[in-house]
Amino acid sequence: MIPQVAELPWFVALPVALLLLAGAGLTLIGSIGLLRLRSFYERVHAPTLATSYGMGCILVASMLFFSVLQTRLVLHEVAIGLFILLTTPVTLMLVARAALHRDRLERNAAVPPTIDRRAA
Amino acid sequence: MRRLLPHPLVSAALLALWLLLNQTLAPGPALVGIVVALLGGRAYDRLEQGRPRLRRPGIALRLAGLVLVDVARSNLAVARLILNRRQDPPAGFIRIPLALRDPRALAVLAAILTATPGSAWVEFDAEEGWLLLHVLDLGEEGEWVRLVKDRYEQPLLEIFA
Repeated sequence: MIPQVAELPWFVALPVALLLLAGAGLTLIGSIGLLRLRSFYERVHAPTLATSYGMGCILVASMLFFSVLQTRLVLHEVAIGLFILLTTPVTLMLVARAALHRDRLERNAAVPPTIDRRAA
Repeated sequence: MRRLLPHPLVSAALLALWLLLNQTLAPGPALVGIVVALLGGRAYDRLEQGRPRLRRPGIALRLAGLVLVDVARSNLAVARLILNRRQDPPAGFIRIPLALRDPRALAVLAAILTATPGSAWVEFDAEEGWLLLHVLDLGEEGEWVRLVKDRYEQPLLEIFA
């Protein structure tokens, strides 16, 4: 495996390295955001960096790397991406709605109330 | 044919996914994949009445391209907001009235808005069609309403008409 990696031509190794760095960087920034941002609703946004282009860059790098190394098209990363894309909205919505429910019960002023049907 | 294969698109997608996960086109796994695809299509038929149809593949492709670009832009914008240590992001809630009612179209819209780092789908009122969105960079509120309504909702209305 390792000697093969050394034989990877530079015009493949370079984009793979750049994509990995970009993906890892975005994921790291997302994690920093999770630490830095204040309210729950702001924090919800940060990990999305990792699940969108952070994941995308790393998966494309993986596809490129293994396709060239094994000289055949390696595509199962597409399935990984698809599953992440389909499952994150469900989780995020679940968590966000739970937070909204809690904040309304506690009458947190920063959260918009339920829609008043008479006023609407 | 219709009894055996009530949702050809769903079955085809399942088969493709199965082959992708197994990384092979050998007859054995392919046969198992076909069985899985047929059973999956029938199961979906039991769950969901009516058949989803891609009416406007051209518009759907264009929308996918738009979303790809918007998500990339939002990635950079949110990264900049997080790394800017001097000030907190101008975050806030927005209410947007939606005309979409089709549950599948709403699911796609929710996936788009959640995949975009700068915006998160918080609540949807199915009766009156109010969407509560939380955005990291509030900016001008009309801008967000236009983005969701013109850029995403309009094409979705046409696709799922």
